Amino acid sequence: MTAPLPALAAVDSVAQPDHGRDERAGFHPEQPDVQHDRSREDHAKDQPVEKVVMALHAAHPEKGSMTDYNFAYLDEQTKRMIRRAILKGIAIPGYQVPFASREMPMPYGWGTGGVQVTAACLTPDDTLKVIDQGADDTTNAVSIRKFFQRTAGVAVTEATTEATIIQTRHRIPETALTKGQILVYQVPIPEPLRFLEPRETETRKMHELEEYGLMHVKLYEDIARHGTIATSYDYPVKVEGRYVMDPSPIPKFDNPKLSDNPAIQLFGAGREQRIYALPPHTHVVSLDFDDHPFVASKAAHDCDLCAAQDSYLDEVITDDQGSRMFVCSDTDFCRSRREAGHLGRLGTPLSEVEQ
Amino acid sequence: MTPEALLGGFIDAPVQSAHAFRAGLEALARPGTLHSLTGATPPAPMSVAAGVLILTLCDGTTPVHLAGHHDSDAIRDWVTFHVGAPLVTAEKAMFAIGTWAAMQPVGRFAIGQPDYPDRSATLIVEMPTLAPSGPHLSGPRLSGPGIKGEARLALPETAAFVRNRALFPLGFDCFFTAGSLVAGLPRSTNVEAN
Repeated sequence: MTAPLPALAAVDSVAQPDHGRDERAGFHPEQPDVQHDRSREDHAKDQPVEKVVMALHAAHPEKGSMTDYNFAYLDEQTKRMIRRAILKGIAIPGYQVPFASREMPMPYGWGTGGVQVTAACLTPDDTLKVIDQGADDTTNAVSIRKFFQRTAGVAVTEATTEATIIQTRHRIPETALTKGQILVYQVPIPEPLRFLEPRETETRKMHELEEYGLMHVKLYEDIARHGTIATSYDYPVKVEGRYVMDPSPIPKFDNPKLSDNPAIQLFGAGREQRIYALPPHTHVVSLDFDDHPFVASKAAHDCDLCAAQDSYLDEVITDDQGSRMFVCSDTDFCRSRREAGHLGRLGTPLSEVEQ
Repeated sequence: MTPEALLGGFIDAPVQSAHAFRAGLEALARPGTLHSLTGATPPAPMSVAAGVLILTLCDGTTPVHLAGHHDSDAIRDWVTFHVGAPLVTAEKAMFAIGTWAAMQPVGRFAIGQPDYPDRSATLIVEMPTLAPSGPHLSGPRLSGPGIKGEARLALPETAAFVRNRALFPLGFDCFFTAGSLVAGLPRSTNVEAN
Protein backbone atom coordinates (compact mmCIF):
# COMPACT_ATOMS: atom_id res chain seq x y z
CA MET A 1 0.00 0.00 0.00
CA THR A 2 2.64 2.51 0.95
CA ALA A 3 5.04 1.80 -1.90
CA PRO A 4 3.30 3.69 -4.73
CA LEU A 5 2.62 6.83 -2.75
CA PRO A 6 6.15 8.24 -2.51
CA ALA A 7 6.66 7.39 -6.14
CA LEU A 8 3.50 9.24 -7.13
CA ALA A 9 4.59 12.26 -5.16
CA ALA A 10 7.91 12.13 -6.92
CA VAL A 11 6.20 12.12 -10.29
CA ASP A 12 4.24 15.21 -9.33
CA SER A 13 7.24 17.09 -8.07
CA VAL A 14 9.25 16.30 -11.15
CA ALA A 15 6.45 16.86 -13.64
CA GLN A 16 5.09 20.11 -12.26
CA PRO A 17 7.71 22.50 -13.58
CA ASP A 18 7.10 21.44 -17.18
CA HIS A 19 3.42 20.54 -17.43
CA GLY A 20 0.11 20.57 -15.63
CA ARG A 21 0.26 17.80 -13.08
CA ASP A 22 -3.30 16.64 -13.63
CA GLU A 23 -2.34 15.13 -16.92
CA ARG A 24 0.67 13.38 -15.53
CA ALA A 25 -1.02 11.92 -12.51
CA GLY A 26 -4.11 10.98 -14.49
CA PHE A 27 -2.12 9.22 -17.12
CA HIS A 28 -0.12 6.77 -14.97
CA PRO A 29 -0.92 7.32 -11.33
CA GLU A 30 0.51 3.96 -10.33
CA GLN A 31 3.69 4.35 -12.35
CA PRO A 32 6.58 4.00 -9.88
CA ASP A 33 9.44 4.45 -12.38
CA VAL A 34 10.09 8.15 -12.28
CA GLN A 35 12.91 8.03 -14.74
CA HIS A 36 10.76 6.26 -17.31
CA ASP A 37 7.96 8.75 -16.89
CA ARG A 38 10.35 11.56 -17.38
CA SER A 39 11.37 10.23 -20.79
CA ARG A 40 7.75 9.81 -21.86
CA GLU A 41 7.13 13.40 -20.99
CA ASP A 42 9.99 14.64 -23.12
CA HIS A 43 8.60 12.59 -25.93
CA ALA A 44 5.18 14.13 -25.47
CA LYS A 45 6.63 17.61 -25.69
CA ASP A 46 7.73 16.85 -29.23
CA GLN A 47 4.29 15.54 -30.17
CA PRO A 48 1.78 18.38 -30.42
CA VAL A 49 -0.94 15.97 -31.62
CA GLU A 50 -0.65 13.98 -28.43
CA LYS A 51 -1.00 17.19 -26.44
CA VAL A 52 -4.14 18.12 -28.34
CA VAL A 53 -5.65 14.71 -27.73
CA MET A 54 -4.87 14.94 -24.03
CA ALA A 55 -6.35 18.40 -23.90
CA LEU A 56 -9.52 17.14 -25.57
CA HIS A 57 -9.80 14.34 -23.06
CA ALA A 58 -9.39 16.86 -20.27
CA ALA A 59 -12.08 19.11 -21.80
CA HIS A 60 -14.59 16.25 -22.22
CA PRO A 61 -14.25 14.08 -19.16
CA GLU A 62 -17.79 12.70 -19.53
CA LYS A 63 -17.78 10.16 -22.33
CA GLY A 64 -20.74 8.01 -23.23
CA SER A 65 -23.18 10.50 -24.72
CA MET A 66 -24.96 9.82 -28.01
CA THR A 67 -22.28 11.50 -30.11
CA ASP A 68 -19.82 8.78 -29.18
CA TYR A 69 -21.71 6.21 -31.27
CA ASN A 70 -21.36 5.95 -35.00
CA PHE A 71 -24.71 6.67 -36.65
CA ALA A 72 -27.01 3.69 -35.91
CA TYR A 73 -24.44 2.03 -33.62
CA LEU A 74 -22.71 -0.30 -36.09
CA ASP A 75 -19.38 0.63 -37.70
CA GLU A 76 -19.39 1.34 -41.43
CA GLN A 77 -17.53 -1.83 -42.41
CA THR A 78 -20.16 -3.95 -40.65
CA LYS A 79 -22.97 -2.01 -42.28
CA ARG A 80 -21.46 -2.53 -45.73
CA MET A 81 -21.27 -6.28 -45.08
CA ILE A 82 -24.90 -6.38 -43.93
CA ARG A 83 -26.02 -4.21 -46.85
CA ARG A 84 -24.38 -6.54 -49.36
CA ALA A 85 -26.15 -9.50 -47.73
CA ILE A 86 -29.51 -7.67 -47.87
CA LEU A 87 -29.07 -6.92 -51.58
CA LYS A 88 -28.25 -10.56 -52.37
CA GLY A 89 -31.27 -11.56 -50.29
CA ILE A 90 -33.46 -9.23 -52.39
CA ALA A 91 -32.02 -10.72 -55.58
CA ILE A 92 -32.78 -14.31 -54.43
CA PRO A 93 -36.12 -14.03 -52.59
CA GLY A 94 -36.44 -16.56 -49.77
CA TYR A 95 -32.80 -17.70 -49.84
CA GLN A 96 -30.95 -17.34 -46.52
CA VAL A 97 -27.78 -15.30 -47.06
CA PRO A 98 -25.06 -15.99 -44.46
CA PHE A 99 -23.68 -12.86 -42.81
CA ALA A 100 -21.11 -12.12 -40.11
CA SER A 101 -23.54 -11.26 -37.32
CA ARG A 102 -22.06 -9.03 -34.63
CA GLU A 103 -22.36 -9.06 -30.88
CA MET A 104 -25.01 -6.51 -30.01
CA PRO A 105 -25.61 -4.87 -26.64
CA MET A 106 -28.54 -7.19 -25.97
CA PRO A 107 -28.82 -10.95 -25.63
CA TYR A 108 -29.45 -13.33 -28.52
CA GLY A 109 -33.16 -13.92 -28.79
CA TRP A 110 -33.92 -10.24 -28.20
CA GLY A 111 -33.81 -9.36 -31.86
CA THR A 112 -30.10 -8.94 -32.55
CA GLY A 113 -30.63 -9.94 -36.19
CA GLY A 114 -33.48 -7.51 -36.68
CA VAL A 115 -31.52 -4.75 -34.93
CA GLN A 116 -28.54 -5.22 -37.25
CA VAL A 117 -30.74 -5.15 -40.36
CA THR A 118 -32.54 -2.06 -39.07
CA ALA A 119 -29.21 -0.36 -38.27
CA ALA A 120 -27.97 -1.04 -41.81
CA CYS A 121 -31.16 0.43 -43.31
CA LEU A 122 -31.77 3.48 -41.11
CA THR A 123 -31.21 7.02 -42.36
CA PRO A 124 -31.63 10.11 -40.15
CA ASP A 125 -34.87 10.91 -42.05
CA ASP A 126 -36.57 7.67 -41.03
CA THR A 127 -39.41 7.23 -38.56
CA LEU A 128 -39.03 3.99 -36.67
CA LYS A 129 -41.73 1.80 -35.16
CA VAL A 130 -40.89 -1.28 -33.13
CA ILE A 131 -43.45 -3.91 -32.18
CA ASP A 132 -43.24 -7.05 -30.10
CA GLN A 133 -46.11 -9.45 -30.88
CA GLY A 134 -48.07 -6.48 -32.16
CA ALA A 135 -47.51 -4.28 -29.10
CA ASP A 136 -45.51 -1.05 -29.08
CA ASP A 137 -45.27 -0.95 -25.30
CA THR A 138 -43.65 -4.23 -24.26
CA THR A 139 -40.08 -4.56 -22.98
CA ASN A 140 -38.45 -5.73 -26.21
CA ALA A 141 -40.13 -3.05 -28.32
CA VAL A 142 -39.43 -0.23 -25.87
CA SER A 143 -35.78 -1.14 -25.40
CA ILE A 144 -35.03 -1.45 -29.13
CA ARG A 145 -36.86 1.81 -29.84
CA LYS A 146 -34.80 3.58 -27.17
CA PHE A 147 -31.63 1.97 -28.51
CA PHE A 148 -32.13 3.59 -31.92
CA GLN A 149 -33.30 6.88 -30.44
CA ARG A 150 -30.00 7.06 -28.59
CA THR A 151 -27.64 5.71 -31.25
CA ALA A 152 -29.26 7.07 -34.43
CA GLY A 153 -31.36 9.97 -33.16
CA VAL A 154 -34.25 8.93 -35.43
CA ALA A 155 -37.88 9.88 -34.94
CA VAL A 156 -40.07 7.14 -33.50
CA THR A 157 -43.77 6.49 -33.70
CA GLU A 158 -46.38 3.97 -32.68
CA ALA A 159 -48.55 4.63 -35.73
CA THR A 160 -48.08 2.07 -38.50
CA THR A 161 -49.01 4.59 -41.17
CA GLU A 162 -46.35 7.14 -40.06
CA ALA A 163 -43.45 4.68 -39.88
CA THR A 164 -40.92 4.22 -42.67
CA ILE A 165 -39.14 1.29 -41.00
CA ILE A 166 -41.00 -1.14 -38.74
CA GLN A 167 -39.03 -3.69 -36.78
CA THR A 168 -41.28 -6.50 -35.67
CA ARG A 169 -41.17 -9.53 -33.47
CA HIS A 170 -43.71 -12.15 -34.53
CA ARG A 171 -46.47 -10.02 -36.12
CA ILE A 172 -47.31 -8.15 -39.30
CA PRO A 173 -49.28 -4.98 -38.49
CA GLU A 174 -53.05 -5.13 -39.17
CA THR A 175 -52.95 -1.83 -41.06
CA ALA A 176 -51.89 -2.54 -44.64
CA LEU A 177 -48.30 -1.54 -45.37
CA THR A 178 -47.51 0.80 -48.22
CA LYS A 179 -44.83 1.40 -50.83
CA GLY A 180 -41.74 2.94 -49.27
CA GLN A 181 -42.06 1.12 -45.96
CA ILE A 182 -39.61 -1.55 -44.80
CA LEU A 183 -40.71 -4.32 -42.43
CA VAL A 184 -37.80 -5.91 -40.53
CA TYR A 185 -38.50 -9.26 -38.86
CA GLN A 186 -36.61 -10.64 -35.88
CA VAL A 187 -36.03 -14.32 -36.65
CA PRO A 188 -35.01 -16.93 -34.07
CA ILE A 189 -34.58 -20.00 -36.36
CA PRO A 190 -34.38 -19.01 -40.05
CA GLU A 191 -34.12 -22.56 -41.40
CA PRO A 192 -37.63 -24.00 -41.95
CA LEU A 193 -36.17 -27.54 -42.22
CA ARG A 194 -34.06 -27.31 -39.05
CA PHE A 195 -36.38 -29.28 -36.75
CA LEU A 196 -36.73 -31.96 -39.43
CA GLU A 197 -33.02 -32.17 -40.29
CA PRO A 198 -30.52 -30.78 -37.77
CA ARG A 199 -27.47 -30.83 -40.08
CA GLU A 200 -26.77 -27.56 -41.89
CA THR A 201 -24.90 -29.46 -44.65
CA GLU A 202 -28.06 -31.48 -45.34
CA THR A 203 -30.57 -28.63 -45.22
CA ARG A 204 -28.35 -26.62 -47.55
CA LYS A 205 -28.34 -29.55 -49.99
CA MET A 206 -32.13 -29.85 -49.67
CA HIS A 207 -32.58 -26.17 -50.61
CA GLU A 208 -30.13 -26.61 -53.48
CA LEU A 209 -32.07 -29.59 -54.87
CA GLU A 210 -35.47 -28.11 -54.02
CA GLU A 211 -36.07 -31.25 -51.96
CA TYR A 212 -38.93 -30.15 -49.73
CA GLY A 213 -40.86 -33.43 -49.42
CA LEU A 214 -39.98 -33.69 -45.72
CA MET A 215 -41.88 -30.48 -44.99
CA HIS A 216 -45.01 -31.88 -46.58
CA VAL A 217 -44.55 -35.07 -44.54
CA LYS A 218 -44.49 -32.95 -41.39
CA LEU A 219 -47.72 -31.17 -42.36
CA TYR A 220 -49.27 -34.54 -43.29
CA GLU A 221 -48.34 -35.94 -39.85
CA ASP A 222 -50.24 -32.99 -38.35
CA ILE A 223 -53.31 -34.11 -40.28
CA ALA A 224 -52.82 -37.78 -39.37
CA ARG A 225 -52.56 -36.93 -35.67
CA HIS A 226 -54.96 -34.00 -35.27
CA GLY A 227 -57.23 -34.24 -38.30
CA THR A 228 -56.07 -30.82 -39.45
CA ILE A 229 -52.79 -28.94 -40.00
CA ALA A 230 -52.10 -28.01 -36.38
CA THR A 231 -49.11 -25.76 -37.13
CA SER A 232 -50.44 -22.37 -36.08
CA TYR A 233 -47.35 -20.13 -36.23
CA ASP A 234 -43.99 -20.30 -38.00
CA TYR A 235 -46.03 -21.74 -40.88
CA PRO A 236 -43.75 -22.59 -43.83
CA VAL A 237 -44.17 -20.76 -47.13
CA LYS A 238 -42.80 -21.15 -50.64
CA VAL A 239 -41.43 -18.03 -52.30
CA GLU A 240 -41.85 -17.50 -56.05
CA GLY A 241 -42.14 -21.25 -56.53
CA ARG A 242 -38.55 -21.87 -55.47
CA TYR A 243 -37.37 -21.55 -51.85
CA VAL A 244 -39.28 -22.79 -48.82
CA MET A 245 -38.93 -20.05 -46.23
CA ASP A 246 -39.57 -19.63 -42.52
CA PRO A 247 -41.70 -16.50 -42.10
CA SER A 248 -40.47 -16.17 -38.46
CA PRO A 249 -42.94 -17.11 -35.71
CA ILE A 250 -45.79 -14.94 -36.99
CA PRO A 251 -49.24 -16.49 -36.51
CA LYS A 252 -50.44 -18.17 -39.69
CA PHE A 253 -53.20 -15.55 -39.64
CA ASP A 254 -50.51 -13.15 -40.95
CA ASN A 255 -49.19 -15.44 -43.70
CA PRO A 256 -51.43 -14.06 -46.48
CA LYS A 257 -49.98 -10.57 -45.82
CA LEU A 258 -46.52 -11.84 -46.83
CA SER A 259 -47.61 -12.22 -50.44
CA ASP A 260 -47.86 -9.29 -52.87
CA ASN A 261 -47.02 -6.84 -50.08
CA PRO A 262 -46.07 -3.37 -51.38
CA ALA A 263 -43.44 -2.97 -48.62
CA ILE A 264 -39.95 -4.46 -48.61
CA GLN A 265 -39.73 -7.31 -46.08
CA LEU A 266 -36.32 -8.11 -44.56
CA PHE A 267 -35.59 -10.96 -42.13
CA GLY A 268 -32.61 -10.94 -39.74
CA ALA A 269 -31.45 -13.87 -37.59
CA GLY A 270 -28.56 -12.73 -35.39
CA ARG A 271 -27.57 -15.91 -33.56
CA GLU A 272 -28.04 -18.05 -36.69
CA GLN A 273 -26.27 -15.42 -38.85
CA ARG A 274 -28.73 -15.34 -41.73
CA ILE A 275 -30.48 -12.56 -43.63
CA TYR A 276 -33.26 -13.13 -46.16
CA ALA A 277 -35.74 -10.94 -47.93
CA LEU A 278 -38.97 -10.57 -49.85
CA PRO A 279 -39.04 -7.75 -52.41
CA PRO A 280 -42.38 -5.93 -52.81
CA HIS A 281 -45.10 -7.82 -54.70
CA THR A 282 -43.40 -11.18 -54.29
CA HIS A 283 -45.56 -14.26 -54.68
CA VAL A 284 -45.60 -16.20 -51.38
CA VAL A 285 -47.70 -19.36 -50.89
CA SER A 286 -48.36 -21.14 -47.60
CA LEU A 287 -47.75 -24.87 -48.03
CA ASP A 288 -50.88 -27.02 -47.92
CA PHE A 289 -52.72 -29.91 -49.60
CA ASP A 290 -55.57 -29.87 -52.12
CA ASP A 291 -57.90 -31.59 -49.61
CA HIS A 292 -56.56 -29.64 -46.60
CA PRO A 293 -56.14 -26.09 -47.86
CA PHE A 294 -54.33 -23.46 -45.81
CA VAL A 295 -56.60 -21.52 -43.42
CA ALA A 296 -55.51 -18.25 -41.81
CA SER A 297 -57.10 -18.93 -38.44
CA LYS A 298 -57.74 -16.68 -35.44
CA ALA A 299 -59.70 -16.87 -32.20
CA ALA A 300 -63.44 -16.90 -32.98
CA HIS A 301 -64.20 -13.71 -31.07
CA ASP A 302 -64.38 -9.96 -31.53
CA CYS A 303 -61.93 -7.66 -29.79
CA ASP A 304 -63.33 -6.85 -26.33
CA LEU A 305 -61.87 -3.34 -26.44
CA CYS A 306 -62.48 -2.15 -30.02
CA ALA A 307 -64.95 -4.75 -31.38
CA ALA A 308 -62.76 -5.50 -34.39
CA GLN A 309 -63.84 -8.71 -36.10
CA ASP A 310 -60.92 -9.12 -38.45
CA SER A 311 -57.83 -8.63 -36.27
CA TYR A 312 -55.57 -11.19 -34.59
CA LEU A 313 -56.48 -11.54 -30.91
CA ASP A 314 -54.62 -12.22 -27.67
CA GLU A 315 -56.45 -14.08 -24.91
CA VAL A 316 -56.08 -12.39 -21.52
CA ILE A 317 -57.06 -14.14 -18.26
CA THR A 318 -58.64 -11.51 -16.04
CA ASP A 319 -59.22 -13.33 -12.72
CA ASP A 320 -58.89 -16.76 -11.11
CA GLN A 321 -62.56 -17.63 -11.82
CA GLY A 322 -61.87 -18.40 -15.49
CA SER A 323 -62.91 -15.00 -16.80
CA ARG A 324 -61.10 -13.97 -19.94
CA MET A 325 -61.10 -11.33 -22.60
CA PHE A 326 -59.85 -11.18 -26.17
CA VAL A 327 -58.01 -8.08 -27.31
CA CYS A 328 -56.23 -7.05 -30.49
CA SER A 329 -52.59 -8.06 -30.46
CA ASP A 330 -51.83 -4.96 -32.58
CA THR A 331 -52.01 -2.14 -30.00
CA ASP A 332 -51.81 0.67 -32.56
CA PHE A 333 -54.68 -0.82 -34.59
CA CYS A 334 -56.80 -1.26 -31.46
CA ARG A 335 -56.13 2.24 -30.13
CA SER A 336 -56.86 3.94 -33.43
CA ARG A 337 -60.15 2.05 -33.67
CA ARG A 338 -61.12 3.09 -30.15
CA GLU A 339 -60.17 6.68 -30.97
CA ALA A 340 -62.50 6.40 -33.96
CA GLY A 341 -65.32 5.52 -31.55
CA HIS A 342 -65.49 1.73 -31.81
CA LEU A 343 -66.24 0.12 -28.47
CA GLY A 344 -66.03 -3.57 -27.58
CA ARG A 345 -67.80 -5.69 -24.97
CA LEU A 346 -65.49 -4.70 -22.09
CA GLY A 347 -64.22 -1.42 -23.51
CA THR A 348 -64.38 1.94 -21.81
CA PRO A 349 -64.78 5.07 -23.97
CA LEU A 350 -61.39 6.77 -24.26
CA SER A 351 -62.84 10.04 -22.99
CA GLU A 352 -63.59 8.40 -19.64
CA VAL A 353 -60.20 6.67 -19.50
CA GLU A 354 -58.35 9.93 -19.75
CA GLN A 355 -60.21 11.52 -16.81
CA MET B 1 -1.12 8.30 -56.84
CA THR B 2 -2.22 11.81 -57.81
CA PRO B 3 -3.68 14.19 -55.22
CA GLU B 4 -6.97 14.19 -57.19
CA ALA B 5 -7.51 10.58 -56.12
CA LEU B 6 -7.96 11.79 -52.56
CA LEU B 7 -10.96 13.92 -53.50
CA GLY B 8 -14.53 13.02 -54.33
CA GLY B 9 -15.38 10.75 -51.40
CA PHE B 10 -18.21 11.06 -48.89
CA ILE B 11 -18.05 14.01 -46.51
CA ASP B 12 -20.30 12.38 -43.92
CA ALA B 13 -19.93 8.66 -44.69
CA PRO B 14 -22.40 7.16 -42.16
CA VAL B 15 -25.30 9.36 -43.30
CA GLN B 16 -24.48 9.58 -47.00
CA SER B 17 -23.90 5.85 -47.34
CA ALA B 18 -27.17 5.18 -45.48
CA HIS B 19 -29.12 7.31 -47.98
CA ALA B 20 -27.22 5.72 -50.86
CA PHE B 21 -27.95 2.20 -49.62
CA ARG B 22 -31.66 2.93 -49.31
CA ALA B 23 -31.75 4.23 -52.89
CA GLY B 24 -29.83 1.16 -54.09
CA LEU B 25 -32.11 -1.14 -52.09
CA GLU B 26 -35.23 0.46 -53.58
CA ALA B 27 -33.69 0.22 -57.06
CA LEU B 28 -32.93 -3.50 -56.76
CA ALA B 29 -36.17 -4.30 -54.92
CA ARG B 30 -38.28 -2.51 -57.57
CA PRO B 31 -36.74 -3.27 -60.97
CA GLY B 32 -37.57 -0.67 -63.57
CA THR B 33 -37.71 2.27 -61.16
CA LEU B 34 -35.08 5.02 -61.19
CA HIS B 35 -33.46 6.41 -58.06
CA SER B 36 -30.95 9.14 -57.38
CA LEU B 37 -27.49 8.57 -55.88
CA THR B 38 -25.35 11.57 -54.96
CA GLY B 39 -22.42 12.49 -52.74
CA ALA B 40 -19.37 11.20 -54.61
CA THR B 41 -17.42 12.67 -57.52
CA PRO B 42 -15.31 9.88 -59.01
CA PRO B 43 -12.89 10.50 -61.91
CA ALA B 44 -14.36 10.36 -65.44
CA PRO B 45 -15.64 8.26 -67.08
CA MET B 46 -17.17 6.81 -63.90
CA SER B 47 -20.64 8.19 -63.19
CA VAL B 48 -21.61 9.72 -59.87
CA ALA B 49 -24.08 6.91 -59.20
CA ALA B 50 -21.48 4.19 -59.84
CA GLY B 51 -19.00 5.98 -57.59
CA VAL B 52 -21.58 6.22 -54.79
CA LEU B 53 -22.41 2.52 -55.12
CA ILE B 54 -18.72 1.64 -54.81
CA LEU B 55 -18.26 3.82 -51.73
CA THR B 56 -21.40 2.32 -50.17
CA LEU B 57 -20.90 -1.37 -50.91
CA CYS B 58 -17.20 -2.06 -51.53
CA ASP B 59 -14.29 -2.38 -49.11
CA GLY B 60 -11.15 -4.41 -48.61
CA THR B 61 -13.14 -7.66 -48.59
CA THR B 62 -14.77 -7.20 -52.02
CA PRO B 63 -12.65 -7.80 -55.15
CA VAL B 64 -13.55 -5.24 -57.82
CA HIS B 65 -13.13 -5.52 -61.58
CA LEU B 66 -12.70 -2.34 -63.62
CA ALA B 67 -13.75 -3.01 -67.21
CA GLY B 68 -12.64 -1.20 -70.38
CA HIS B 69 -12.07 2.54 -70.07
CA HIS B 70 -12.90 2.37 -66.38
CA ASP B 71 -9.56 0.61 -65.87
CA SER B 72 -7.62 3.90 -65.85
CA ASP B 73 -4.92 5.01 -63.44
CA ALA B 74 -7.17 7.75 -62.07
CA ILE B 75 -10.04 5.34 -61.27
CA ARG B 76 -7.68 2.66 -59.92
CA ASP B 77 -6.16 5.23 -57.56
CA TRP B 78 -9.57 6.57 -56.55
CA VAL B 79 -11.03 3.14 -55.78
CA THR B 80 -7.86 2.05 -53.97
CA PHE B 81 -7.72 5.16 -51.81
CA HIS B 82 -11.41 5.41 -50.92
CA VAL B 83 -12.43 1.78 -50.43
CA GLY B 84 -9.19 -0.26 -50.57
CA ALA B 85 -10.79 -2.97 -52.70
CA PRO B 86 -8.46 -5.41 -54.45
CA LEU B 87 -8.61 -4.88 -58.23
CA VAL B 88 -8.99 -8.23 -59.97
CA THR B 89 -9.94 -9.97 -63.22
CA ALA B 90 -13.59 -10.48 -64.17
CA GLU B 91 -13.64 -14.11 -63.01
CA LYS B 92 -12.69 -13.23 -59.43
CA ALA B 93 -14.79 -10.08 -59.03
CA MET B 94 -17.63 -9.55 -56.54
CA PHE B 95 -18.31 -6.16 -58.15
CA ALA B 96 -17.59 -5.05 -61.71
CA ILE B 97 -17.85 -1.55 -63.16
CA GLY B 98 -17.89 -0.61 -66.82
CA THR B 99 -20.02 -0.24 -69.91
CA TRP B 100 -22.00 -3.25 -71.07
CA ALA B 101 -19.73 -3.59 -74.13
CA ALA B 102 -16.62 -3.58 -71.94
CA MET B 103 -18.05 -6.31 -69.72
CA GLN B 104 -18.48 -8.82 -72.56
CA PRO B 105 -18.50 -11.72 -72.38
CA VAL B 106 -20.62 -11.56 -69.21
CA GLY B 107 -20.33 -15.34 -68.87
CA ARG B 108 -16.99 -14.68 -67.15
CA PHE B 109 -18.61 -13.30 -64.01
CA ALA B 110 -19.37 -15.38 -60.93
CA ILE B 111 -22.97 -16.66 -60.84
CA GLY B 112 -22.74 -18.28 -57.40
CA GLN B 113 -22.80 -21.95 -56.44
CA PRO B 114 -25.90 -24.14 -56.27
CA ASP B 115 -25.62 -24.29 -52.46
CA TYR B 116 -24.47 -20.64 -52.11
CA PRO B 117 -26.16 -18.67 -54.91
CA ASP B 118 -25.29 -15.43 -53.08
CA ARG B 119 -21.62 -15.83 -54.01
CA SER B 120 -22.19 -14.11 -57.31
CA ALA B 121 -21.03 -10.90 -58.96
CA THR B 122 -22.87 -7.59 -58.91
CA LEU B 123 -22.39 -5.69 -62.17
CA ILE B 124 -22.51 -1.90 -62.18
CA VAL B 125 -23.26 -1.14 -65.82
CA GLU B 126 -22.59 2.39 -67.01
CA MET B 127 -25.25 3.60 -69.47
CA PRO B 128 -25.34 6.73 -71.62
CA THR B 129 -28.90 7.41 -70.36
CA LEU B 130 -31.47 5.67 -68.21
CA ALA B 131 -35.14 5.62 -69.07
CA PRO B 132 -37.84 3.60 -67.34
CA SER B 133 -40.13 3.50 -70.30
CA GLY B 134 -39.29 6.22 -72.76
CA PRO B 135 -41.96 8.24 -74.53
CA HIS B 136 -43.21 5.20 -76.42
CA LEU B 137 -42.53 2.35 -73.96
CA SER B 138 -39.65 1.02 -76.00
CA GLY B 139 -37.78 -0.99 -73.37
CA PRO B 140 -38.16 -4.68 -72.74
CA ARG B 141 -40.95 -5.86 -70.45
CA LEU B 142 -39.89 -6.76 -66.91
CA SER B 143 -41.87 -8.93 -64.52
CA GLY B 144 -41.20 -10.88 -61.34
CA PRO B 145 -40.47 -10.10 -57.67
CA GLY B 146 -40.58 -6.39 -56.90
CA ILE B 147 -42.79 -5.57 -59.88
CA LYS B 148 -46.55 -5.10 -59.71
CA GLY B 149 -47.81 -6.27 -63.07
CA GLU B 150 -45.03 -5.28 -65.41
CA ALA B 151 -42.37 -2.59 -65.74
CA ARG B 152 -40.15 -1.41 -68.53
CA LEU B 153 -36.51 -0.43 -68.62
CA ALA B 154 -34.24 0.30 -71.54
CA LEU B 155 -31.52 -2.37 -71.39
CA PRO B 156 -28.32 -2.69 -73.44
CA GLU B 157 -29.61 -6.05 -74.74
CA THR B 158 -32.25 -8.64 -73.90
CA ALA B 159 -30.78 -12.07 -74.63
CA ALA B 160 -28.12 -11.96 -71.90
CA PHE B 161 -30.73 -11.19 -69.24
CA VAL B 162 -33.06 -13.93 -70.47
CA ARG B 163 -30.14 -16.37 -70.18
CA ASN B 164 -29.28 -15.01 -66.72
CA ARG B 165 -32.87 -15.49 -65.51
CA ALA B 166 -32.83 -19.08 -66.77
CA LEU B 167 -29.96 -19.79 -64.35
CA PHE B 168 -32.05 -18.80 -61.30
CA PRO B 169 -31.30 -19.08 -58.40
CA LEU B 170 -27.82 -18.62 -59.84
CA GLY B 171 -26.89 -15.58 -61.88
CA PHE B 172 -25.42 -12.10 -61.58
CA ASP B 173 -27.27 -8.99 -60.43
CA CYS B 174 -27.07 -5.62 -62.15
CA PHE B 175 -27.21 -1.96 -61.30
CA PHE B 176 -27.49 0.38 -64.29
CA THR B 177 -26.06 3.85 -63.75
CA ALA B 178 -26.14 7.08 -65.73
CA GLY B 179 -25.12 10.38 -64.16
CA SER B 180 -26.64 10.32 -60.69
CA LEU B 181 -29.42 7.87 -61.61
CA VAL B 182 -29.52 4.17 -60.80
CA ALA B 183 -31.84 1.31 -61.73
CA GLY B 184 -31.61 -2.29 -60.57
CA LEU B 185 -32.11 -5.60 -62.32
CA PRO B 186 -31.77 -8.63 -60.02
CA ARG B 187 -31.41 -12.14 -61.46
CA SER B 188 -35.01 -12.89 -60.45
CA THR B 189 -36.52 -10.53 -63.06
CA ASN B 190 -38.07 -11.97 -66.22
CA VAL B 191 -37.02 -9.94 -69.24
CA GLU B 192 -39.04 -10.17 -72.44
CA ALA B 193 -38.20 -8.41 -75.68
CA ASN B 194 -40.86 -5.97 -76.76
